[in-house]
Amino acid sequence: MDRTILHVDGNHFYANIEKANDPSLKGKPMAVGGDVEQRHGIILAKTDEAKARGVKTGEALWQAREKCKDIIIVPPNYPLYIRYSRLLHDIFEEYSDKVQAFGLDESWVDVTNSMDCLKMSGEEIAHEIRERAISELGITVSVGVSWNKIFAKLGSDYKKPNAVTIFTKENYKSKVWPLPAEDLLGVGRATQIKLNARGIKTIGDIANTSPSLLQNWLHKWGLFLHVFANGMDTSPVTPTGFEEAIKSIGNSTTTPRDLVNDRDVRITFTALCESVATRLREHGLLGKTVQISLRDNKLFSFERQMTLQKPTCIATELLNAAMLLFKKHYRWDKPLRSIGVRAMNLVSEHTSIQLDLFENEEKRIREEKLERTVDNIRKRFGHHAILRGMLSEDKELGYLNPHDDHTIHPVGYF
Amino acid sequence: MNDAKVYVDVLVNHMKNGKIIPLCIRWEDGEKYRIDQILDVIRAASTKAGGTGIRYTIRIGNTTSFLFLEEDKWFVERRG
Repeated sequence: MDRTILHVDGNHFYANIEKANDPSLKGKPMAVGGDVEQRHGIILAKTDEAKARGVKTGEALWQAREKCKDIIIVPPNYPLYIRYSRLLHDIFEEYSDKVQAFGLDESWVDVTNSMDCLKMSGEEIAHEIRERAISELGITVSVGVSWNKIFAKLGSDYKKPNAVTIFTKENYKSKVWPLPAEDLLGVGRATQIKLNARGIKTIGDIANTSPSLLQNWLHKWGLFLHVFANGMDTSPVTPTGFEEAIKSIGNSTTTPRDLVNDRDVRITFTALCESVATRLREHGLLGKTVQISLRDNKLFSFERQMTLQKPTCIATELLNAAMLLFKKHYRWDKPLRSIGVRAMNLVSEHTSIQLDLFENEEKRIREEKLERTVDNIRKRFGHHAILRGMLSEDKELGYLNPHDDHTIHPVGYF
Repeated sequence: MNDAKVYVDVLVNHMKNGKIIPLCIRWEDGEKYRIDQILDVIRAASTKAGGTGIRYTIRIGNTTSFLFLEEDKWFVERRG
């Protein structure tokens, strides 16, 4: 039996939530933008009014202001967006237990087995969800309905805002296939260029190209795209919240001023590693690999990684690895504008670990206990209630609170 | 700023079955109003004041109005 899958997409999610919370913004060009003071000065989301004036997501705030003098830019309020995301999920879960989040603003809902007992078709459920988003949350969503996740996602993008699109086995060749290839999940910029160069412009073109040829051009990925374009994707809707399905935990930051020496980097890495370690502990995970990312003030960036001897959730150990990597790979040709730390190859904290005869294991346990205690103090009294002495050396850099400031991550499809 | 949204103190009865029944509101000026009747309870967005919450349609004397429970705070929409 064919499945019935909904993909629900919150239209201009962040901007619409801001509008839903402040009616005085209604009808005005408005955008959610990063903090200029902290130099995260880009547009994260914008309303239709701002879009009509040519404002684009991802451009610098000053560029947006140039096109649209009266644009209202508000700083992001992630706790608010997370709350709305959760409320949307609560609605979905009234229709199915199979709800899979894809970022904060997108979700798949598999209603195959719910339609009988609800006595509703997939389309009716889609419309009810769309209407409830407006009446209960004050935001619009667009919904795609299809028999596979890929086409359902294309559907939510096909007509918006506040619309429902249905792709069936009868209409997909006339509706999905003429869409540009880059609309397909998995066709990014690089793949698009490769495909276009070979005359592949639409999703239909991908579908009708032989899999072996696609594999030749794009390796394994070519086969995926062929399956996607033909509506043959059978991957299930796996119930996950937006915070789950973690493959790595990382934090990066564009610092309030350029970093010019090892000490600056150490201070910033300290704050970032503490945040990564706290989040590892929150999720009961240990990282086996540490990766650092560096971007200089000419925006050239690169990443380096190393494997740890033992998986860890201790900030000090992450920091030592990060500094080791940094000293090995950076020669200070230019000041740094943004740096990041990531723990990868995650394993559960319940995994057995090979102990070391010569290392002081007790000390590690003590350190972990100490850091967990700090977590608790911060939970009760706020992040800045307790800080490492190092961070007070430079108020500007050390005041960073990456854990609360940015914990939103896009997730991959696989 | 958004002055259509007025947060208020509310005297509430938490029932043993989990229901939450607001009994009395204290307005900004300190004046207290007893809620005579709850006509409807539904999750809804506030179109006038913004935000979303559990919306109680309440009757105080001869007037009906909305009272929102937004997570752990209560607000009403300012008339005007």
